[in-house]
Amino acid sequence: MDPSFLAVQALSGLSSASSLFITACGLTIVFGVTRIVNFAHGSLYMIGAYTAATLVPRLLELSFGPVSFWAGILASAVIVGLIGIIIEVLLLRRIYGAPELFQLLATFGVVLVVQDLVVLVFGPEDILGPRAPGLRAPVDILGRRFPSYELVLIAAGPVVLGLVWLLLRRTRFGMLVRAATQDRDMVASLGVNQAMLFTGTLFLGAFLAGLGGALQIPRVSANTGMDLSIIAEAFVVTVVGGMGSVPGAFLAALVIGQLQAFGILIFPKSTLVVVFLLMAVVLAVRPYGFFGRAEVVGATHTVGIASHKPLPGRVYILLAVVAVLACFPLVADAYLLKVATEILIFALFAFSLQLLIGVGGLVSFGHAAFFGLGAYGSALAVKWSGASMEAALPLGLAFAALGAGLIGAFVVRLSGIYLAMMTLAAAQIIYAVAFQWVDVTGGDNGIVGVWPATWASGPVAYYLLTAALTLAAVLLLKRIIDAPFGYALRAARDSEARAEAIGLTIRLHRWLAFILSGAAAGLAGGLYAFSRGSVDPSLLGISTSVDALTMLLLGGIQTVTGPLVGAAALHFLRDVVMPLTAHWRLVLGLIIIAMVLIFPRGLAGTVQHWREERA
Amino acid sequence: MRREALLDIRNLDAFYGRAQVLFGLSFHLYPGEVVALVGRNGAGKTTTLKAIMGLISATATHATFKGHSLGRLPTYRIARLGLGYVPEDRRIFTDLTVEENLGTGRRPAGDGRQPWTPERLFRLFPNLAEMRGRRGSQMSGGEQQMLSIARTLMGNPDAILLDEPSEGIAPVIVQMMAEAIRAMKAEGVAVLLSEQNWAFAAGISDRACVIERGEIRFQGTMAELMADEALRAETLGI
Repeated sequence: MDPSFLAVQALSGLSSASSLFITACGLTIVFGVTRIVNFAHGSLYMIGAYTAATLVPRLLELSFGPVSFWAGILASAVIVGLIGIIIEVLLLRRIYGAPELFQLLATFGVVLVVQDLVVLVFGPEDILGPRAPGLRAPVDILGRRFPSYELVLIAAGPVVLGLVWLLLRRTRFGMLVRAATQDRDMVASLGVNQAMLFTGTLFLGAFLAGLGGALQIPRVSANTGMDLSIIAEAFVVTVVGGMGSVPGAFLAALVIGQLQAFGILIFPKSTLVVVFLLMAVVLAVRPYGFFGRAEVVGATHTVGIASHKPLPGRVYILLAVVAVLACFPLVADAYLLKVATEILIFALFAFSLQLLIGVGGLVSFGHAAFFGLGAYGSALAVKWSGASMEAALPLGLAFAALGAGLIGAFVVRLSGIYLAMMTLAAAQIIYAVAFQWVDVTGGDNGIVGVWPATWASGPVAYYLLTAALTLAAVLLLKRIIDAPFGYALRAARDSEARAEAIGLTIRLHRWLAFILSGAAAGLAGGLYAFSRGSVDPSLLGISTSVDALTMLLLGGIQTVTGPLVGAAALHFLRDVVMPLTAHWRLVLGLIIIAMVLIFPRGLAGTVQHWREERA
Repeated sequence: MRREALLDIRNLDAFYGRAQVLFGLSFHLYPGEVVALVGRNGAGKTTTLKAIMGLISATATHATFKGHSLGRLPTYRIARLGLGYVPEDRRIFTDLTVEENLGTGRRPAGDGRQPWTPERLFRLFPNLAEMRGRRGSQMSGGEQQMLSIARTLMGNPDAILLDEPSEGIAPVIVQMMAEAIRAMKAEGVAVLLSEQNWAFAAGISDRACVIERGEIRFQGTMAELMADEALRAETLGI
């Protein structure tokens, strides 16, 4: 390899590092002060790109020159900053005290809303922005041509780092922000209006996201997929750098930029894997990233199911449930059976997540990994070894349990938001493998021809099989939740220190919980594969993980029946409400936000709460 | 009433979740006086101070400071009325230097009083003067305590709620704390002190409130409490 090629490769790594840092810097500052991981940060980046790609050409028509170009970029960033203020005042301000899970879900609701709004405002087409006046000619680097705009980007990162440093170190606002990062109540006790401080922080964070997006317009066209791709990378940068640390984000962005620039030479298709592997390795060695610090105990909130007296006559209730499930095919047609089968599968999927979140307090944001591993495990067994359904289902379950054991071994050392980010990263690695390892997994097309055994292939038979397996798995998990093992998990959830002090091996319990939960999710995934006849990478994607979380949110995190109600509710929304509107993301996003703000207990939880209040 | 109370609290109730921890506390603080809240561990002293600052949910039939209703004011508005708060665990911003910590508390002084400046505070707490650029994380407990008080004084408060200033610090520093409180009093700053260290509280306070299980058992001058050995033995164990 000749040196000029290496130099150009390193330079392009630096320029992507700069862009990444500018965006991630905003995310890490907002987290540092508000303790909210803002999923919508990527959406702000996308709005910045769309705004600049629309605004800058108009300004250039008025007066062509570098001044118009850069003024347009800055104006776009300011507009995004103002949008950040709106988000803070309308939403974030109301959820600062809420459990992390709800914060993540609510800001993901914003992601969904923005996805539809961007199409409504800017249209469905990608928008290619203008090139920067004065920076159109490439420069010569050791005999190779290199875009001069990229050189400006390389400089922009350190400039932003310097300005942010000055703002944080040399102004009263910055001093108060750093103080609030550590102790919000104390800052308020000194007479500082936190609301202003937080609003200002959100403006700064959103401005940086908008700037990061706006600076991209000469390089890539503004498109609707920008939000999730940048947020995944920005998460990695902030987590690797240490949540809340600006210099950490800079260093992490540099490392990741180079890793991507040169990783592409070694593994041409695995850039995603390389990046997320870096995150896994760094967190395994330094659980709080380069410059992060341990989360303050008590700063994280967990919610979950509480102990309750067993219902009188629960045997009869169980018999009634079995009877209803068994008799359902007598009244339902094939379509309804198909719907009921999927609801049961998703209920099991959500219930397996309930074990982690509701019982263990472990907010897994990558639960799709286990669902997808189960589905792919079954499908691969069918495709490559011609296994029957009876063999493939247990294989899928075992495959998911194995994956959960591996991922769990990494993440049980972490807690709170780091655990959520790490599980997300793990799911993204597996997603990337399924997506990019085309020879084995079929890539984007997935695997087709995953059909159930002849005896189970009719809708009635497959429904009954699903009902039986789901019911058995749920009862088994329920039994485990109510056993000493479940008590230990709940003890660790409510107070890690006290649980450890009475001699509980927290990590072992949590690791076993991961395996159990992964196995249950894997069974659901296998059942889903056979019900559909195919698998594809979307089963492993962020949206599948969010589906599981949404089901828990809808049903209620604090009740055991919540997942079933949630699965039915989400399916109802998908099948009945969504087809009525072209803007289903908008509707779903608003529903998620409304649930967090109004019914944080969920549907089943709210009903149970009313009953208990009346009693 | 001889004169207008600075801080006037009547029938204060406070709850942690559903458990009531304060039961109808009524007391007041006059300008420039030092009042000690004394009582056993867990009696509700810290809770009382937090409730006044609006840091926990509490109700009162009447709660005013300088005639302004504290009602449902957010904490920062209560602080801006001129009520300072020094929490028991000091809560120094450990990433910030001594001077920056003082900067976070800075608020303008009202009605022509001489404002507190870092230089004046360094004279009051000479130890701090030698470590202006040091980070809060590299200070001893006593130094952090001084800095916490100094930081609150930077807001030029008319009264300070001081929670356990002598807890866990060396005896020589406790002496300095007593000096500092007397100096604050001389400046006209009223102090509501929560204290376990009886000797310390007795030495600097004008009046005392004895709290037991969330209720006030005694209110009067320090001299009266000193004289009532039976009450002290029962409620304070001394």
